[in-house]
Amino acid sequence: MATTTDDLPARHSLGKSMKRKEDPRFIRGKGRYLDDIVLPHMLYLALVHSPYPHARIKSIDKSKALALPGVKAVITGEDLDAAKLEWLPTFHGYDKQMVLAFGKALYQYQEVAGVVATSREIASDGAELVEVEYEPLDPLVTPFQAREDKIILRDDRESKTNHIYHWEVGDKAKAEGELDGSAVRIKERILSPRCHPAPLEPCGVLADMNKATGRLTVYMTSQAPHVHRTAFSLVTGIPEDKIHVISPDVGGGFGNKVPVYPGYVVATVASVIIGVPVKWVESRTENLTTTGFARDYHMDVEIGATKEGKVTALKVSTVADHGAFDAAADPRKYPAGMFGIVTGSYDFPTAFAEVDAYFTNKAPGGIAYRCSFRVTEASFAIERGMDILARKLDMDPVELRRRNFIKKEQFPYPSPLGFVYDSGDYEATTQKALDIIGYDELRKEQAEKRKSGELMGIGVSTFTEIVGAGPGKHFDILGIKMFDSAEIRIHPTGSGIVRAGTRHQGQGHETTWAQIVAEELGLDPQELLVEEGDTDTAPYGLGTYASRSTPVAGGALALAARRIREKGKKIAAHLLEASENDVEWKDYKFNLKGVPGKSVTMKEVAFAAYTNPPPDSEPGLEATYYYDPPNLTFPNGSYIAVVDVDRETGAVIVRRFLAVDDCGVVINPMIVEGQIHGGLTEGFAMAFMQEIAFDESGNNLNTNFTEYLVPTALETPHWETANTVTPSPHHPIGAKGVGESPNVGSPQAFVNAVMDALAPLGITHIDMPLTREKVWRAIRDAEAKVS
Amino acid sequence: MKIAVTVNGERYERDVEPRTLLAYFLREDLGLTGTHVGCDSSSCGCCVVAMDGDRAVKSCTMFAVQADGHEITTVEGLEQGGKLHPLQQAFWDQHGLQCGYCTPGMLMTSYVLLKHQPAPNEAEIREAIAGNLCRCTGYQNIVKAIQQASTELAAEPAAAAVGS
Ligand code: FES
Ligand code: FES
Repeated sequence: MATTTDDLPARHSLGKSMKRKEDPRFIRGKGRYLDDIVLPHMLYLALVHSPYPHARIKSIDKSKALALPGVKAVITGEDLDAAKLEWLPTFHGYDKQMVLAFGKALYQYQEVAGVVATSREIASDGAELVEVEYEPLDPLVTPFQAREDKIILRDDRESKTNHIYHWEVGDKAKAEGELDGSAVRIKERILSPRCHPAPLEPCGVLADMNKATGRLTVYMTSQAPHVHRTAFSLVTGIPEDKIHVISPDVGGGFGNKVPVYPGYVVATVASVIIGVPVKWVESRTENLTTTGFARDYHMDVEIGATKEGKVTALKVSTVADHGAFDAAADPRKYPAGMFGIVTGSYDFPTAFAEVDAYFTNKAPGGIAYRCSFRVTEASFAIERGMDILARKLDMDPVELRRRNFIKKEQFPYPSPLGFVYDSGDYEATTQKALDIIGYDELRKEQAEKRKSGELMGIGVSTFTEIVGAGPGKHFDILGIKMFDSAEIRIHPTGSGIVRAGTRHQGQGHETTWAQIVAEELGLDPQELLVEEGDTDTAPYGLGTYASRSTPVAGGALALAARRIREKGKKIAAHLLEASENDVEWKDYKFNLKGVPGKSVTMKEVAFAAYTNPPPDSEPGLEATYYYDPPNLTFPNGSYIAVVDVDRETGAVIVRRFLAVDDCGVVINPMIVEGQIHGGLTEGFAMAFMQEIAFDESGNNLNTNFTEYLVPTALETPHWETANTVTPSPHHPIGAKGVGESPNVGSPQAFVNAVMDALAPLGITHIDMPLTREKVWRAIRDAEAKVS
Repeated sequence: MKIAVTVNGERYERDVEPRTLLAYFLREDLGLTGTHVGCDSSSCGCCVVAMDGDRAVKSCTMFAVQADGHEITTVEGLEQGGKLHPLQQAFWDQHGLQCGYCTPGMLMTSYVLLKHQPAPNEAEIREAIAGNLCRCTGYQNIVKAIQQASTELAAEPAAAAVGS
C-alpha cells in the first residue's frame, strides 16, 4: 500500500536529510580523482586513433615517434598479440574485443597504437609521429546494412555473418494471434538513439607495477573495482593477490566506467614491461568516440486492445546496433539485459519480445546510461506505444493507463515475460501526480489553446523499472554471481568503519551507508566511516551500476549490522546479568524485558566487546555479510511534462515537469531528490539534444561537447518532485533504489508531451532527440500536407 | 619562459614551457588539483578560476604564461582562516554537488558572479553558470546554494574578499 513519507514512523537515522559526509573534501577542491594522483617516475600514455571507420592496416611505422626525445615505447596490436594480450573477453563472455586495432580498424577513432613518454605533451607529440598506412574499406553504418551480410566485419570470428545473436522471450504465436484478433491495433518503429553517458570526469588509469613487491596497483576510474581486478587477473595471468585495484573519487560514471578500455590495458602492459607507473587519461573526444555508448535500439512496437481500451497483446521486435564488438555489459543469460520489462506497468495477458543484434563499424559498448540493462529502451517503447494507442482510441492517455494498470492486490505480479514484480501502487502514485500538477485544469487550458492554434502538450509516463541485479541464480558478470557485500567493524568507543563492495560516483554512499548501519545499531552516523573502492580492504562486490547499490549492497549492510546486533545481544545479556532470552532490541538499545529503564546501548556493548566480553566468547565486534537478493526490485513512478511548442520555430519550452517516484523506503530524502534532479536532466538531454550520430561514410558527428550537447543551467527545466512509499517486501529495509528511475522514466514523458502538442497536426511520432530543427520540419511537412 | 604568478595569495616564480596550459600549471606544477579538466573544447567549466579577483577564466583555455603578473584564485583559496566561504558552505547545505567534479569550477564562477552581482535572481544565476556543465545535479540545488550564499554575504560583506 502506498503511503507518503510523512506517515512513516520516526526513525533514528533512516529517512533523514542528513548532509553529505563526503562533501567537505569536494567543496575544498580536495577530492582525489584519478588524474590528481602523481607517482614518482610516472610516464604518460597517449593513443593513436584510426581516422577511418573501416580500414585494413597495411603498416605501422614507429621510428619517428621512437626518435622523439622523451618517448619510451610505442606499442601496437602486433606487439600485444605477440604477448597474447591483444584480445579481451567481453563481460558476458560471448565475444572478444581487440585492445589495439590489429589487421583491420573497425571504427573511426579506434585505438591503433600507444605511445609512452615522460610527459603528457611528449606522449601526444609522439602519437602524431606514428605513421599508419591504411587501406580504407566500405563501412557498415547501420544494422540494416549489416543485416544483409554483404560486407563481413569480423573476419576473426568463425561464423561469417554480422548477426551477433537472436534473443526472445514470451509466446510469439499467441501474441501474434491476439494482435491479429484485436479490435484496435497500433504499430510504430521507435528508435532509442545511440547516446553516451559522458560523465564530467573522463576515464583514466594509473598502472603501477612494483617489481620489488611483485604487485600491480591499478588506480582506475572504476564503478566495479573487484570485477576489474578479476578481469585483469584473467587476462594477464597475474595472480589476483598480486593485483590491487583502487578506484579513487570518481567524477560521475552513469555506466561509462563499467567496461575495461584499451587505454587501461595498454597503460598496464607498459607499466609491467617498463617497471614504472604509467598514466592514461582520455580526452573528451576519446571518451565520446571510443568508450561505452548506450542504447541504439530500433524497436517495432505493436499493441493490440479492445475498443474499451483493454490491452490484449504486446509484441516488440528490435534491431540492435552493437558496434564492432559485442561488448555490452549485460549479464550472461540476458544478452538484451532486462528488456523483458517492456510490458511496463500494464497487465498484458500475453506478450513477446525479441532482439537481433548486429555488428557495425561503430564503437562498441551498449552499456547502460544511467539505466539497469536496457530498461530505458523498454520503458520508452511501452510508454510511447501506450500513448500512440490512446490517440488511436481517442482516449485520454491517463485513462488508458489506468484501465490497464497492474492493481496493487496483484503483487507479487508475475509478468508474461518472466519477471515477478515485488510491489507497487500505480493508481495511488498516478493520482498523486495528477493532483499535484492539476491535470484536469491543464487539459482544459490545452483545449482552449488548441482553438487558437497554440501547440500545448501534456505528456505522461507511468513507468516501472527493474533494478538491483540480482539474484545470483539468474545474473552474473564473468560468471561471478551478482551479490554484494558489506563489512562493519565497531571500535571499542562505539564508532566504526563500514566497507562495501560497491563504488559510488556521486550517489552519496559515504552518507547513506552510514545511515543504514546507524539505523540498525542506534549509533551516530557521523561516527561511521564508509570506505569503498579499494580491493585490498573492501569485501568482494560487483560494484555500482544498474541501480543495484541500495537493493543489493544496502541489503548486505543492514544484514551485516543485524549480525552485529546478534552478537551485541549476548554481550548485553552479560552486562545486564540476564539470560539472552530476556533481552530485546527496542528503541535502538538492548532492554531487559519487563524492567523499564534497565538497558544498555550499542556504544556500551561495543566497549564491553573489547574490555569485558562474556566469558568463553570471542572478543571484538564486527561482521560481514554477502547478500544475494531473492528478487529484483521494481521502483516505479508517474511523471508528467507540460510543454509549449512554437509553431514557427519548432522550439519546445518545458513549462512544468513533475516526477512522483516510488522507490520504496527512502534512506535520505535530500539525496533521493538530488538523484532525481540529475536523472531528469539526463532524460531531458536524451529527449531533446543528445545523439551520437554518424554520416553515410561512418564518420562520427558528435565528438566533443560542442557537438554532443549537455544541458546547461539555462535550458534545464525546473524540476518538481514528490513521492509515495511502497516498501519492497523482500528487501531488508524495504528500499528499491532510485538513481536511474528519473532517467528511465522521463524521456517518454517529454516526447509524449511534444507529440500531444503536435497532435492537431496529425503528427504521431518523431524520434529523439527532438531538436528544434526536427520538430520544425515535422510541423512544416504536416502543414504542407493539410494545405 | 619565466613567469611570476600569485596564486591564492602566494607568489610563485616558475619556468614553464610556453605551451603549458594554466590548468596544468596549477594542477601539476603547483599541486593544486582542485582545478579540474573535463573537456578539450572549452565547454565544461571544470577548470574555472578567478583572475585578479573579478574575472572567471577557463584555465584550460589560457596558457600559464598569460597569467604572468596576475593574481589567480582557485577553489583551494576560498576557505579563509579555517572558515568555509559562504559559497562552499551553501553548496554543502543545499546538496549542490554529487560527484564533485564540476564543483570547483562552479564555485569559482559563482564567486566571481557574486562579486559583480551580489544579489542575482534565479535567471541571472542560471545565465552566469551556463558555461559550467554539471552531469549530476540538474543545477536546481546549485542555484539554491548560490542564492543562500548571496543572502549570507549580504549580511557580512567582509567574507566576500578572498586572497586580496
Ligand atoms: S576543461 Fe572544459 S572548459 Fe576547461
Ligand atoms: S556534481 Fe558531478 S558533475 Fe556536477
